[in-house]
Amino acid sequence: MTDPLTNLQCPIPISDYPTVTLAHGGGGRLTQMLIERMFLPAFDNPQLVQQHDGALLEVNGARLAFSTDSFVISPLFFPGGDIGSLAVHGTVNDLAMCGAQPLALSTGLILEEGLPMEDLWRVVQSMQGAAQAVGVSVVTGDTKVVDRGKGDGVYINTTGIGLIPAGVQISPTRARRGDLVLVSGAIAVHGIAIMSVREGLAFETTLASDSAPLHEMVREMLAVGGDHVHVLRDPTRGGVASALNEIAGSARIGIRLNEAAIPIWDQVRGACEILGLDPLYVANEGKLLAIVAPEAADAVLAAMQAHSLGREAAIIGEVTEEHRGRVVLRSRIGGSRVVDMISGEQLPRIC
Amino acid sequence: MKYVDEYRGEAEAQRFVRAIHDTVTRPWTLMEVCGGQTHTLIKFGIDAMLPKQVTLVHGPGCPVCVTPLELIDKAIAIARRPEVIFTSFGDMLRVPGSSTDLLSVKAGGGDVRMVYSPLDAVKLAQKHLDRQVVFFAVGFETTAPANAMAVWQAKQLGLDNFSILCSHVLVPPAMEAILGSPDSLVQGFLAAGHVCAIMGYWEYEPIAARYRVPIVVTGFEPLDLLQGIYMTLRALEEGRWGVENQYARAVTRDGNQAAQRLVGQVFATGDRQWRGIGLIPNSGYRLRPEYARYDAEQRFEVAGIAAQESPLCIAGQIMQGLKKPHQCSAFATLCTPERPLGAPMVSSEGACAAYYAYHRTAVDVPV
Repeated sequence: MTDPLTNLQCPIPISDYPTVTLAHGGGGRLTQMLIERMFLPAFDNPQLVQQHDGALLEVNGARLAFSTDSFVISPLFFPGGDIGSLAVHGTVNDLAMCGAQPLALSTGLILEEGLPMEDLWRVVQSMQGAAQAVGVSVVTGDTKVVDRGKGDGVYINTTGIGLIPAGVQISPTRARRGDLVLVSGAIAVHGIAIMSVREGLAFETTLASDSAPLHEMVREMLAVGGDHVHVLRDPTRGGVASALNEIAGSARIGIRLNEAAIPIWDQVRGACEILGLDPLYVANEGKLLAIVAPEAADAVLAAMQAHSLGREAAIIGEVTEEHRGRVVLRSRIGGSRVVDMISGEQLPRIC
Repeated sequence: MKYVDEYRGEAEAQRFVRAIHDTVTRPWTLMEVCGGQTHTLIKFGIDAMLPKQVTLVHGPGCPVCVTPLELIDKAIAIARRPEVIFTSFGDMLRVPGSSTDLLSVKAGGGDVRMVYSPLDAVKLAQKHLDRQVVFFAVGFETTAPANAMAVWQAKQLGLDNFSILCSHVLVPPAMEAILGSPDSLVQGFLAAGHVCAIMGYWEYEPIAARYRVPIVVTGFEPLDLLQGIYMTLRALEEGRWGVENQYARAVTRDGNQAAQRLVGQVFATGDRQWRGIGLIPNSGYRLRPEYARYDAEQRFEVAGIAAQESPLCIAGQIMQGLKKPHQCSAFATLCTPERPLGAPMVSSEGACAAYYAYHRTAVDVPV
């Protein structure tokens, strides 16, 4: 430890992973390992260690949320959206999960040589349409082009800043025993919609991605719940299971879920059954999880259900002091099991 | 959801649990043969709802788990070739070979693709006539008809750029190997319902008679398993043996004859190595000589590849029901889903992975 040269060594043993694998970006345990062993020590600072969806910065008394997200989705256009609208919603939602209302966005576009100009125009228009609907502007940007074959058409980064209203205190570490876990609607829709149009897995469905901006619903929730809203999280990659595991880990609390209470559409359940996937690990792009003090839970739930994006909102579990750091689910038939963080990507089963 | 919710009702499940408690008077050891059944048992917490006298051991019915290490090394060698598009079911991609896995081959630039059906691999071959498309044909009797159909179609289409790396295994010889072992603890079987949907269950009748064990053909939903367990326990308590069919909504005594005919046309039975268990005579399928040109092992000359298992992994004892996953010294410490030493930790159907994902509170091992 005293030798400064040891710091030059890669903190992730080469023998374990000499190269980056797709699983390092899957939002599960390997992503967590990259963050904990490489990024946190390297960039060490008090904002980053909170592992929130965005950083909280205080500037002359104003509290700002600051967040960034990159989008590498294939295909670029999918039922219910495209990479452009997704890139706007993703960062707006990261800000919303800090309790913030968005002020401005930046974007970085990485384009692949040969991308049809028509496709780029569709993506840009879609970004603008999404930003306009949210009421936020893309105020700065950058463009790079890479050689043919070195990109997937378009990669987009968006970064956003937002303002956190006075009295709002959202943080993953604020989950307390007795708090209730709320979800804003049916889970796993985005992941299954995308999978249904991917090469190799194409199957017929009328599902469309749930990609949507959540800041308005968050504003309504905070208006009735205020300081009683302890944690917000959008369960994107890695799904509900991974998001709740992260919260259980940061707050050192246990979470107990009731499987029968978790809203899920039959189409999504059917696809998951066929493919051998667990919907708790499938990505969402227009849903949020809220951990709320019990005295405010009914009011917050009512505010969610009153909003068009939260009609199917439900209370799906509670925070406990047992099994700290773990999520345990009561199954439909009354048994119980641990819901672990995902390891790598979920892979469809053989039979 | 229709055809699912009917088999997941809490009140019905509790009724079976009570009936099982009322039936059991002494200790019994049952084996569920199929990995999909292991998965349901643990995912729904069924094992913990049973009386303490009932021990469930998790059988060898996970195709990912019993595929020999050297076959995975062969797959990796083929997938690394620049002219090859290597296709596979999803959960084979992460199974570790001696030094790496197929996902890492993909990360290193290999063209490795996940498909949901072997027929999609045939379509890829039609689309990419300048490439060699290889499908990793893994599985039990359940996947054999689709794999046979892929080879048959490739022949009809005159495709010269399609082949399969074949590792098909069969359930009845494995059950006999387990029952014939002097260490075997298993007193009754839940046979794999989907295998029987294809093959029927007549093959199990002589096994049940020879070893005097009850064998209950069982489905995969929570109520299927509870009923299968109940039927097996009742037979044991009453001193009966023989084959019973819990999964009658999908399984008949004779099975799917059209599928069997196609399988018989393309595949012949032969000896097979099982990972962790060893060679079992006549326990697998290989391509018939008239389909030999679709055999990837021959086409890419990988027959010479041999491999050594990790000495720490006790997968064989787990798949024969001699030990439980958490009784392995490497479980959840040296062997995790991120760094699996053996295949049962990789597949979501593998007993070790199922224990790791759903069971760690109960067996109290480190996070």
